[in-house]
Amino acid sequence: MEARPRTSVAGPAAPGRKKSPYPSWFYLPAAIVYAVLFLVPTVTSFYFSLTRWSIFDSQFIGFDNYVTFFREPALVSGLWHTVVYAVITSGLKVVLGLGLAVLLTSQIIGRGYLRSVVFFPVLVSTIGVGLTFTILMDPEEGLINESLSLIGIQGPGWLTDPSYALVSVALVDVWKGVGLATLIYIAGIVSIPQEYFEAARVDGATAWQNFRRIVLPLARPATFTVILLSLIGGLRSFDLIWAMTRGGPGFTSDVIASVIYKQYQAGFYGLSTAGNVVLFLLVTAIIFPLSRFLNSKEVDL
Amino acid sequence: MTRSRIALAVLSAATLALGACSAGSLGSSDDESGGGKVTLSFLTDNQPETVKMAEGLAKDFTAKNPDITINVETRPQGTEGDNIVKTRLSTGDMTDLFMYNSGSLMQALAPQKNLTALDDFAGQLDDNFKKSVGSDGKIYGVPFGNYMAGAILYNKDVYDKNGLKVPTTWDEFQANNAKLKAAGVDPVIQTYGETWTSQLFILGDYHNVEAANPGWADQYTKNQAKYATTPAAKAGFDHLQQVHDAGYVNKDFASAKLTDGLNKLAKGQGAQYPILSAMLSQLIADNPGTENKIGLFAIPGSDAAKNGLTVWAPNGLYIPSSTTGDKLEAAKKFAGFVASPDGCASMGKASQPSGPYAVTGCKLPDSVPQAVKDMQTYIDKQGASSLALEFLSPVKGPALEQICVEVGSGIRKADAAAKLYDEDVKKQAQQLGLEGW
Repeated sequence: MEARPRTSVAGPAAPGRKKSPYPSWFYLPAAIVYAVLFLVPTVTSFYFSLTRWSIFDSQFIGFDNYVTFFREPALVSGLWHTVVYAVITSGLKVVLGLGLAVLLTSQIIGRGYLRSVVFFPVLVSTIGVGLTFTILMDPEEGLINESLSLIGIQGPGWLTDPSYALVSVALVDVWKGVGLATLIYIAGIVSIPQEYFEAARVDGATAWQNFRRIVLPLARPATFTVILLSLIGGLRSFDLIWAMTRGGPGFTSDVIASVIYKQYQAGFYGLSTAGNVVLFLLVTAIIFPLSRFLNSKEVDL
Repeated sequence: MTRSRIALAVLSAATLALGACSAGSLGSSDDESGGGKVTLSFLTDNQPETVKMAEGLAKDFTAKNPDITINVETRPQGTEGDNIVKTRLSTGDMTDLFMYNSGSLMQALAPQKNLTALDDFAGQLDDNFKKSVGSDGKIYGVPFGNYMAGAILYNKDVYDKNGLKVPTTWDEFQANNAKLKAAGVDPVIQTYGETWTSQLFILGDYHNVEAANPGWADQYTKNQAKYATTPAAKAGFDHLQQVHDAGYVNKDFASAKLTDGLNKLAKGQGAQYPILSAMLSQLIADNPGTENKIGLFAIPGSDAAKNGLTVWAPNGLYIPSSTTGDKLEAAKKFAGFVASPDGCASMGKASQPSGPYAVTGCKLPDSVPQAVKDMQTYIDKQGASSLALEFLSPVKGPALEQICVEVGSGIRKADAAAKLYDEDVKKQAQQLGLEGW
């Protein structure tokens, strides 16, 4: 494959840009919506993170909120949990998504049906999934441990044992999200031109070689999309964790988002605003370079 | 064609979403149909006994005042409920009446700004309750429910069978636990499936703290006393750790819920359950015939002579400042009904009363459950009961329940937990703008 010049991917070339045929006030409605709903809140939140506020008044206290936030003992573990959670979910979604996609693009019986079955959990409400699995994972009466005990295994307290709680939630997240990853992969694999496979067949390639040399490299854009989406999702994940463990037992499955939520609940509005600014910067700091890196890779196939 | 269909779908999804948002504010915007009829909305927590009481009050009140209808709405308990109450209050979206804790949690609502003063009813109320809903010399609530104790409920049958006596010191308590464990009963029930239930060994121990260090609450509010550095205060965390380390708790402590705990106690699978005495109503409602099988004793401390009961003031019924006009008049009328012997009778009819009333002229019926009699014994004895810390100091950290779960599950040691809680409390004090923090 010849390397394509980068500009061809980057869209219409910048130099000598023609004047837009539309008058600039055409942008106004969109600009207003964007400013009111996104720009203004973002900027004010930076200000309010420097205050101690209730809905009625605010008192400027400089960077005290940030100091308190970073001293929060739950934060350090929360940061670590967030990263662990994001990496586990993102990694498993890539591996399982690719596997399922390869399976579901092959000639198997009931392919359409199986595809929808895999995608189905994505459509279900996260809170519903969380509550259901909380019941299934109950250490004493849950279906999972009761089934395990039938074959003589004493199952752990999935959500109540501090060393398993976070991983259990991550696994449920994977179950729920792998359908989307599979869908993206299926799209990626289907769009690989058949010629490659025909050529490979002529050369006598095995199924493994097909996968390793054709599917894997050519599905790379899909991989990048899956990694990016699931990593962003994992870093800011909150609803599933809240529905299943509320960060517990104790603080053992607290992620940054749930730490912030609890501060908000407690009425520490300034502190939780500061937390959100930190979360915003953190997600940007991880995702922005990663997306630049992955995009640059995409070009030189 | 397809595009317009997609647009339609998006549009209808958006309207659905908007509709869902405004569903939360139902009730407060009920239109006042003419003819002087008023409909009030009333928010309570979703504990079954609370709901029964609220609905009983609403029904009996409407029977007397046919022009006023009251719709009961519910919210979750615990921190989630705090959040809903605070958010709805600060956005002016609160129901016409609402039930909420008294004491430090009520102080955190900024009562001067958000609540309507109810001084008209002050004459009918007991002093301790007035203190716990008062701010700047005004009172903002009337009592919803009864006084309750943070204490240990125990199964008398199990105690009798094993020949045990009610303990007055922690050592006696631990000795009882050892015997109970040997007899194959879970000595102490813990239910971390509902995290708030984990705090009783600390919060219910406050009488013992106060007895050992008179005036501790004031020093605590002024940032002069700490949990980690006051041995009597830290004892609560120590106790929680000891009970876990000795294996005295039920096996499913990490996932069991309040209801499970109450049923275990009623059935005698567990012997003792540190919990709020108000939960007695639910226990009796779910397990008929247990009225006299369940007793109550104060959380034991180090000194038998000073041992006593930690008492919680009843929850309050409040009127937010967003309620005005006819609705305010009607709401005040309802508050007056709740703060009268008729109101007490109505609540007592709906749910088994589990402690003394805070309204003058309200009497407990003669046939109260054994645990309530036990509680009354402490209250009648001079110096054997004190209000819980949350009624004496506005400082209460929001993470106490999680910290207690950690100690009670063996994740964190008592020393570290007491230090961590002192840090947690600091944020609350700063947010409230207290001096010395």
